[in-house]
Amino acid sequence: MSYLKPNFRHPQLPKNGLDLTRSSYEGLISTLCAGCGHDSISAAVIQACWELDLEPHRIAKVSGIGCSSKSPTYFLNKSHGFNSVHGRMPSVATGANVANHELTYIGVSGDGDSASIGMGQFAHVVRRNLNMLYLVENNGCYGLTKGQDSATADEGSKSRTGNENPFENIDLVGVALEIGATFVARSFSGDKEQLVPLMKAAISHRGFALIDVISPCVTFNNHHGSTKSYDYTREHVQTGSIIDFVPPREEITAQYDAGESMQLDLHDGSSLSLQKAQPNHDPTSRRSATEALLDSRENNQILTGLIYIDAQEPDFHEVMQLNDAPLNSLQQDQLCPGNEKLRSINNVFR
Amino acid sequence: MTPSTSQAKKKVAPIVAVNDFVVKFANVNGSGSASANALFAKSIFRMGVPTTPRNIFPSNIQGLPTWYEVRISEQGYTARRAGGVDIMVSVNPQSMADDVREVRPGGYFVYDNTRPLDIRLLRRDVNYLAIPLTEITNNNYSDARLRQLFKNVIYVGAMAAMLDIDMDILEQLIAEQFAGKKKLIEPNCNALRLGYDAAKNLHSCPIGLKVEKRDLIGNRILMSGNTACGLGAVYAGATVAAWYPITPSTSVAEAYEKYASSLRIDADTGRKNYVVIQAEDELAAMGMVIGASWNGARAFTATSGPGVSLMTEFLGLAYFAEVPAVLVNVQRAGPSTGMPTRTQQSDILSTVYASHGDTRHVVLIPSTPKECFDLTASAFDIAERLQTPVIVLTDLDIGMNDGLSEPLEWDDDRVYDRGKVLAADELDALDKFGRYLDVDGDAITARTLPGTHPEKGAFFTRGTSRDEYATYTEKGDAYERNMQRLLRKWHGASAYLPEPVVKGSGSAIGLIHFGTSAAAVYEAMDTLTENGMQTDSLQLLSVPFHDEVAEFIKQHETVFVVEQNRDAQMRTVLVNELEIDPAKLQSVLNYDGSPLAADTVCSQVQQALGNRQMVAGD
Repeated sequence: MSYLKPNFRHPQLPKNGLDLTRSSYEGLISTLCAGCGHDSISAAVIQACWELDLEPHRIAKVSGIGCSSKSPTYFLNKSHGFNSVHGRMPSVATGANVANHELTYIGVSGDGDSASIGMGQFAHVVRRNLNMLYLVENNGCYGLTKGQDSATADEGSKSRTGNENPFENIDLVGVALEIGATFVARSFSGDKEQLVPLMKAAISHRGFALIDVISPCVTFNNHHGSTKSYDYTREHVQTGSIIDFVPPREEITAQYDAGESMQLDLHDGSSLSLQKAQPNHDPTSRRSATEALLDSRENNQILTGLIYIDAQEPDFHEVMQLNDAPLNSLQQDQLCPGNEKLRSINNVFR
Repeated sequence: MTPSTSQAKKKVAPIVAVNDFVVKFANVNGSGSASANALFAKSIFRMGVPTTPRNIFPSNIQGLPTWYEVRISEQGYTARRAGGVDIMVSVNPQSMADDVREVRPGGYFVYDNTRPLDIRLLRRDVNYLAIPLTEITNNNYSDARLRQLFKNVIYVGAMAAMLDIDMDILEQLIAEQFAGKKKLIEPNCNALRLGYDAAKNLHSCPIGLKVEKRDLIGNRILMSGNTACGLGAVYAGATVAAWYPITPSTSVAEAYEKYASSLRIDADTGRKNYVVIQAEDELAAMGMVIGASWNGARAFTATSGPGVSLMTEFLGLAYFAEVPAVLVNVQRAGPSTGMPTRTQQSDILSTVYASHGDTRHVVLIPSTPKECFDLTASAFDIAERLQTPVIVLTDLDIGMNDGLSEPLEWDDDRVYDRGKVLAADELDALDKFGRYLDVDGDAITARTLPGTHPEKGAFFTRGTSRDEYATYTEKGDAYERNMQRLLRKWHGASAYLPEPVVKGSGSAIGLIHFGTSAAAVYEAMDTLTENGMQTDSLQLLSVPFHDEVAEFIKQHETVFVVEQNRDAQMRTVLVNELEIDPAKLQSVLNYDGSPLAADTVCSQVQQALGNRQMVAGD
């Protein structure tokens, strides 16, 4: 248990555009280990949703199974949540999303949940470009079953028992880039400055937005020799593009040097002001993003920030040509063709 | 019993029959014979005579033997008839030896004599009717594809002459089939006439078998169960279909899409008021259904046994988390890939008790296309009322074959039962919302949909144990309370389910059957009556069972459970659910992959009773 929440809140807590304080976006007390990276990510989700002025009840949280997938209990208590089946959150999210595309969908998964048992569903939800934020809380190990290596553990990384992982790791960022993801980012649970604007941009992005968040497991994977520990991650982070999220109808005020900054407009009218850390990395080019990723890997670094974005690609709702009225809002008179029509259908079978 | 090929057989008088015989076409898979064969069956249906066609096909796209068997029955019997066919139309040299064997003594064998018939295929008790099919085709068409296609129409024409089928009806059917491509009508009618004239010239037509016009069809239709299931989903207001291709269920999703794409387009925007998602696998298909249902859309999937196996983890979650879901399981012969193009009723246990932990699922079992439509439509009401998965259990025989059926009907006064879903004002009226709190005492609790109310009604759906307010807990008493409530819900479920159909009048012998066994059982009951044995029957339409089922078993001294699997799976469910003495239930079983025939029912019943009488007489 991390901490106990006080019932009393300071009367002058800052409020957002909906006149809500951050407490309206909080969840239950975390039951994860003290210092777990996942709790920092939950805090970032709360901050991002609060800053975006999202109505909490218009957000739906979906998750699979694992430590990561428990975490939706710890934020957005006024939102419905669905803690589903191991590795199958993408399908539940897809069904929920087609039923009502007007809600904001936040999916929380882990490295086991996405890169092992759920690899198939992960790949296909990327392909569908489902409009959702897909968070991978990546700690390189299975926490709930006490620290076995996961598929994102780096080759040579040592487990708690001191054994080196003999297998190549699966980098979900690379996979997502390869199979057509339209928003690909990586961050670190310990870097809230980077994570919050990334989340805001990901939620505002119309389409599938992956943020692979390195989120150290303090109990099973935070030791010397692990490549997913706090220390290792801090030492090897290579900050890619830094973004500043600009809500709709607000002016961009940040100034960056020409050639090193760019502005990206998102579908909902918001925009991203993006400062390039690597001059050769153009996050609007899949090729350039892939090269930046490969470069960082060769240099033994962890590339973070917004790695790739395509704000134009139509999302699943659009590709499927669904009506604007959510499917779950349609009434019987809009759905049932009636007996007269059935009579003429019968005639075709005579 | 299949007649043997023994050539030493005596000459037998040719079979003479009017409106009561079986025709079988032996074709090559992928040769375009399906539409010609359907044309043949439909013409007899249009002549007012009950007709039941069946495809008997291999798991293959092109090249292997495939058959089309048509039972014509003035009495209205629609089950497969065992014991060989009256006339075989041989268009496939590969299977000719087997095909000759299958003809009843005195029956007919229509073959292509462009090349001489292998003398070893000659049976003295079969009448050979030669038609130079290939020669006619080659003389009239030069293009290879046209030759192949028109050859099929030519043999239908020949059959029309031999069986005295009304040519006007055939021509009318061709005109309807090609209404969109009018220039194809004339060539098809010509081909038909080529076959018709050839048969007339070469043989004395009609032969001993003959179709005579009757008025026995009424307003019935000839439709596949899968089409009816797809339509049922459209009429029930399903907006989400998520599926993965698998024989024999594929055409359920295809039928849904076909009708939705014409009936569910928004008039103002031209956009879709439905979605069909071809998922990456059956697990995902079921996940999508559960996600959509959780969010308040009516959603369904269609699959077969192997798909159900993949869906079982999700089915357990939906049962426990109480999320509605509709699944159409079109059974095939298993386990594993088994015989994917053959029929069986062998997923009873894996469907009723799908998943881990304590789970029981509501199952609906149609026996006709109309019941496929009705029960699929009802499945959505039942799933939302009971907040649980509902499985419509059909099989390949009804699913993929056109069956004679009462017309589909929709009561325009019918109102969807969307179950207990709280709206924002209802939540306002509550002190505290308890997702799993049994307020009404019927074991069914109210749910809320995401996005309904800013402050109230949000909860966490999960497979882990929780209390009445959806709060996570592993306390044993909370878990037990919840499981007891789910059991009460199960026991109360039959109030929402279709009742069994009981026939008969107080015989000591009862036959319990379900699904596609119905046609064979009803025919067998007639035969048994003719043989002096009165029987009663009960057709199960759903699980869990109504009280009438236990009552029926109690009232009958001897009860047979008729089913199309090896292990008497429904008998197991009856024993388990009703706590019946297993000795009370005997089995009639058929599991060779072919649809149940009345003969099988009669012989197993008679054998069982005969044996028992012999034992009693010792």
